[in-house]
Amino acid sequence: MDRLRHDRLKWKCRRGLLELDLVLERFVQREGKTLSEGDVAMLGELLDQPDNDLWDLVIGRSDRVDARLRGILARLRAC
Amino acid sequence: MTLPVRTFDAIVVGAGGSGLRAALELSRAGLRVAVLTKVFPTRSHTVAAQGGVAAPLANSGEDNWHWHMYDTVKGSDYLGDQDAIEYMCRRAVEVVVELEHMGMPFDRLENGKIYQRPFGGHTQDYGSAKMAMRACAAADRTGHAMLHTLYQQNVHANTQFFVEWMALDLIRDADGDVLGVTALEMETGEAVVFHAKATLLATGGAGRIFAASTNAFINTGDGLGMAARAGIPLQDMEFWQFHPTGVHGAGVLITEGVRGEGGYLLNKNGERFMERYAPNAKDLASRDVVSRAMTTEIKEGRGCGPDADHVMLKLDHLGAEVINQRLPGIREIAIKFANADPIRESIPVVPTVHYQMGGVPANYLGEVVAPAQGDPEAVVRGLYAAGECSCVSVHGANRLGTNSLLDLLVFGKSSGEQMVKAIRESPVAHKPLPKDAADRSQARLARLDAARSGERVAELSSDLRRTMQAHCGVFRFPELLSEGVEKMKALAARAERSFIDDKSKVFNTARIEALELDNLVETAMSTAVSAEARKESRGAQSRSDFAERDDANWLKHSLWYKAGNRLDYKPVHLKPLSVDSFEPKVRTY
Repeated sequence: MDRLRHDRLKWKCRRGLLELDLVLERFVQREGKTLSEGDVAMLGELLDQPDNDLWDLVIGRSDRVDARLRGILARLRAC
Repeated sequence: MTLPVRTFDAIVVGAGGSGLRAALELSRAGLRVAVLTKVFPTRSHTVAAQGGVAAPLANSGEDNWHWHMYDTVKGSDYLGDQDAIEYMCRRAVEVVVELEHMGMPFDRLENGKIYQRPFGGHTQDYGSAKMAMRACAAADRTGHAMLHTLYQQNVHANTQFFVEWMALDLIRDADGDVLGVTALEMETGEAVVFHAKATLLATGGAGRIFAASTNAFINTGDGLGMAARAGIPLQDMEFWQFHPTGVHGAGVLITEGVRGEGGYLLNKNGERFMERYAPNAKDLASRDVVSRAMTTEIKEGRGCGPDADHVMLKLDHLGAEVINQRLPGIREIAIKFANADPIRESIPVVPTVHYQMGGVPANYLGEVVAPAQGDPEAVVRGLYAAGECSCVSVHGANRLGTNSLLDLLVFGKSSGEQMVKAIRESPVAHKPLPKDAADRSQARLARLDAARSGERVAELSSDLRRTMQAHCGVFRFPELLSEGVEKMKALAARAERSFIDDKSKVFNTARIEALELDNLVETAMSTAVSAEARKESRGAQSRSDFAERDDANWLKHSLWYKAGNRLDYKPVHLKPLSVDSFEPKVRTY
């Protein structure tokens, strides 16, 4: 991923909840370089969720997410 | 080079609870308002507030603002300004009911009224043993619901949002009046002047100055840095509230409920050490007692892990059922951030900073005040502050739970009202911008662009956080405090040579982080210097060498100035607006 896309994604990962900041930081560090354009778009959709809803998805308290996004969510959950 | 200028009636810096509440007041008055925010408004740190918002609605038992006021004054360890506290408690019902009418999804009683629950430090009848039912909540997501409600209202009122914009510096003219801010648009990397008749700082807390912090990454004290660089003092910055159990190395909170259910703390010898410090309450003693005990264990070499820098929270004896059912989310947090499954093993924890009581000095109308010409509280014309970045001071040396969301609502509203009034009374034309309006910001940006070598931002930030954690933590020791001040001075000098590799303008997060670092440095320096100088223990400031509160010498607010790294002091407002003063007493619960 080029610098600009990386930075845009990194900033979308700045959240109101520290828990999300930490998980998303790890995710971008681990997977940032290998994310495809499609991955980034889908991650972007997840990141549009309100913080508390996204946190529920990340820790598996909720599964309410479009089937298309399950793959990227699983990778996020593993971080 | 001259910067482009955008002109508004009012600028609000920050889009958390207080910024949004103020913006709503301004937009509804038909004024042109620009809200500048680093991240999308509903991603502000207000979302992290769970507990509720205090208001003596008396829906679930007798209550009134006098009792709430007493609790807040006592909770502040008598450092809170009693006029501001009276003002907040008297307006609590109004702002909560207003929010209800805006559509805030409060939990309800069967009769349809807002459900209220007890919360630590909130009592009936001036500190009696009976708890007041005063906290209004929306499940465990009160802050989240509040932020979303206020954002929707602002959209409806046509507030103009500048999202992914970082405010850089205040603009002051020769009279000392504030005429707006400079700000950086992240998308283009260009700086712009926002010219306004009234400017509100609502940038939240700066908990990121500590290594162990529950605060989100955005909480870098931007408003504090802006104020300090513009010659405005920062008030009571030594007072930071710590939570005893944050996950070591991450900061994420482990709720007190874990100890309520029977979890307890262990040192490296496997000793349940709280039995020595609080033989009765043990692990359920108040936050400050538990935090101090943990720090003492670590300082005396009984900490756990290779660096002996944390203690363990044991809860495996509670069993999987209790952990899963009564402590939802705790297991996931421990596994994710401590790599420890609490059903089988203990969680490494440390006292973790949570809330900043100090900030930009403001009165209860939101006007920023600073000493001038013999008046300790002369109004800085054109500048306002609200929420965690401000020091009104309603929390004094220690904040009560659920009073922070109330603070946002009351002082967000009052500052908005005062801004409307000031703008309406001002001449039609804006006061002209001084020639040097953007000089400070442009010099900061130019230095970063020109530097070919220097100190790495990430390293400086990490050194700053470690220094503050080690020298200015929850339990303070004289030699550590004075060393901490010296270390911060060295760090501030290094930070003047901060350096970034990539000089790109368009959406360069490294540049943003370098600018944030400047704000962290001002905040950390003010904290270290104010803490070292205050020779007493009061509220959240707890010193080993001065263990008692000293009203004769220290019943006063600290004011730290960047220029000369110097301190001044001003009196506490002991006189409320309409009732008798609550005289300082020994604080026991």
